[in-house]
Amino acid sequence: MGYGCLHEVAGGGGGTVDGAAAALFVAGIVARSHGKVLWCMTRPDLFFPAVAQAGLHPDRVVFCESDREEEALSAMEEGLSFGGLAAVVGELVRLPMNASRRLQLAAEKTGAMGIVLRRWRRQNEASDYGQPTASTTRWRISTLPSERLPVAGVGRARWLAELMRVKAGACAEFEIGAPDAKGRVCLLPTAPGRADQTARWRNLAG
Amino acid sequence: MSASKAQAMVTDLLMVDAAPAEDAAALERLALWALRQYSPVVAIDGADGLVIDTEGADHLHGGEELLVSGLINRLRGRGLTARAAVADTWGASHALARLLAVETTVVSAGEVKKAVMGLPTMALRLPAETVQGLRVLGIDTVGQLSTMPRAPLTLRFGTEPARRLDQMFGCVAEPIEPIRTPELVEVAKNFAEPIGAPETIAKYVRRLVGQLSARLAENGLGARRCDLFIHRVDNTRQHLRAGLAKPVRDPARLSKLLCDRVETIDPGFGIEKLVLVAVFAEPLEERQVTSSLIEAEVADITPLVDILGNRGHRLFRVAPVASDVPERSVRRIAATAPDIGEAWAVKWPRPTRLFANPERIEVIALLPDQPPAVFTWRGKRRKVMRADGPERIFGEWWRRPREFQAVRDYFVVEDELGERYWLYRAGDGIDPETGSHLWFVHGVFG
Repeated sequence: MGYGCLHEVAGGGGGTVDGAAAALFVAGIVARSHGKVLWCMTRPDLFFPAVAQAGLHPDRVVFCESDREEEALSAMEEGLSFGGLAAVVGELVRLPMNASRRLQLAAEKTGAMGIVLRRWRRQNEASDYGQPTASTTRWRISTLPSERLPVAGVGRARWLAELMRVKAGACAEFEIGAPDAKGRVCLLPTAPGRADQTARWRNLAG
Repeated sequence: MSASKAQAMVTDLLMVDAAPAEDAAALERLALWALRQYSPVVAIDGADGLVIDTEGADHLHGGEELLVSGLINRLRGRGLTARAAVADTWGASHALARLLAVETTVVSAGEVKKAVMGLPTMALRLPAETVQGLRVLGIDTVGQLSTMPRAPLTLRFGTEPARRLDQMFGCVAEPIEPIRTPELVEVAKNFAEPIGAPETIAKYVRRLVGQLSARLAENGLGARRCDLFIHRVDNTRQHLRAGLAKPVRDPARLSKLLCDRVETIDPGFGIEKLVLVAVFAEPLEERQVTSSLIEAEVADITPLVDILGNRGHRLFRVAPVASDVPERSVRRIAATAPDIGEAWAVKWPRPTRLFANPERIEVIALLPDQPPAVFTWRGKRRKVMRADGPERIFGEWWRRPREFQAVRDYFVVEDELGERYWLYRAGDGIDPETGSHLWFVHGVFG
């Protein structure tokens, strides 16, 4: 995911409401960047110890809690156009075309990464995710059964990361393992019943 | 009451000479404290009170009721007993604060008339002989006085009673002249022709900020709080307040904070005077910037914090607390606080979203230490495919005595769709003293 553009990330299934997997995915990405991060939201239910386990240090994140959705949008735009921030994350329900275009232009101007984490109030409202916006990429992170362990227990979390839209590129699906302590996700080399993923990943990166 | 009569009524009465000059000085110190803490417009009201214009400042303290109760509590913490009232007009709040026996009174907008009708006429800030004269006529309350015809009243007592009544009901403007100290840095601009366009206001605000920062630089100060007063031609006044996380005298940053909100000014028929005051200034010394050859410089985000903070967003960072109880392991600190440097030491998985109120679930589980086999949450039945646990967390009896025996057993469970939850059982599964043995979902993993 590139700097200087706007990305959209949402959860799938039950994750459309809580956005837990998507939040951890975003945390892993911004943990790999350098500099401060502004995290805008209206519902403060992010549990930071979990995010810190993905490698994002609490000193790097400034939270901005707003009363209304529009205020969170304006805070995101201010953060993106400020310059000097590595990334600006916003947890939003709605992202209209005009708002997304403003965010994208602000991100292009300063080179900060803008990430909109979409969370809906109800699961059936998530069909809104098909509406066009000006963001560069659009991801959906759904949970998969976790890694099998030789003993009873829950292994490393696995996700299905769907790249639903990308400007000037092809869509793709990847099965990935959740971020480790440095925020790195792992690409599962072969998924059962699917083709080799690494070649497609390389195509996308190249 | 004479001193000898008082001594006769109360045994062991301690008498202290009144010191009006010292009282006035203490009141002025209190007024300056309120000026920094509460509102840009604070003045001394009589010999025993303060008047604070809280319009536009109450939301910063969570509303009018919280503002006054907080103010009273803070004063009580300093050993002062006070009463406060919030009302539409200076006259009404003056009367309500002094004559009602309750600590705080809040009169909602437009309700002033109803609230003051039953008060005695001494509430009107009239001279004692006027009050006495009214009593001779049989007029005891404000309500009675307000129904009197004005002409005979004015003939007998002068214009004062009518003026005070109008001030109390808000028919006549009564501007509050804020107190100032000599060390406050203040710049002003008078206009020969009233101005009104937002661009013009912004232009003059920038000029004023330039003058203010020059004055601040002379004194080696930086502003922590700036107030812009807008005097309109119809003799009303508005104000904008800009707070800063660290002392600043950079004109660009200060003028951005103020010009951000120029649109909220209502110029009416025009503005004839702008006054800019640095209410709260702190020493600011020039600092040498280290070269960025060795390590990449992390940008200072204080300007952004100021911009967002002045728009009413709540900015904070989080810091770890040494506590095993999940909801107590995080605390909020100021966004510009120095770096903590440490993170949470816990190595066990923690959920990305933690519910403020754990939600009750119905489970089928083998006691005492097996994870649930099936649980029903939000009306949906989920089969547990994999589980980890229990992770036992004990209550913190040194914080609350009720938690002396409390235990929570946490489990990480995964359902057939791969969604992972953090469940807990209140109690250890054997001893009912340790908890109710009810199950809750406390968080969702990614």
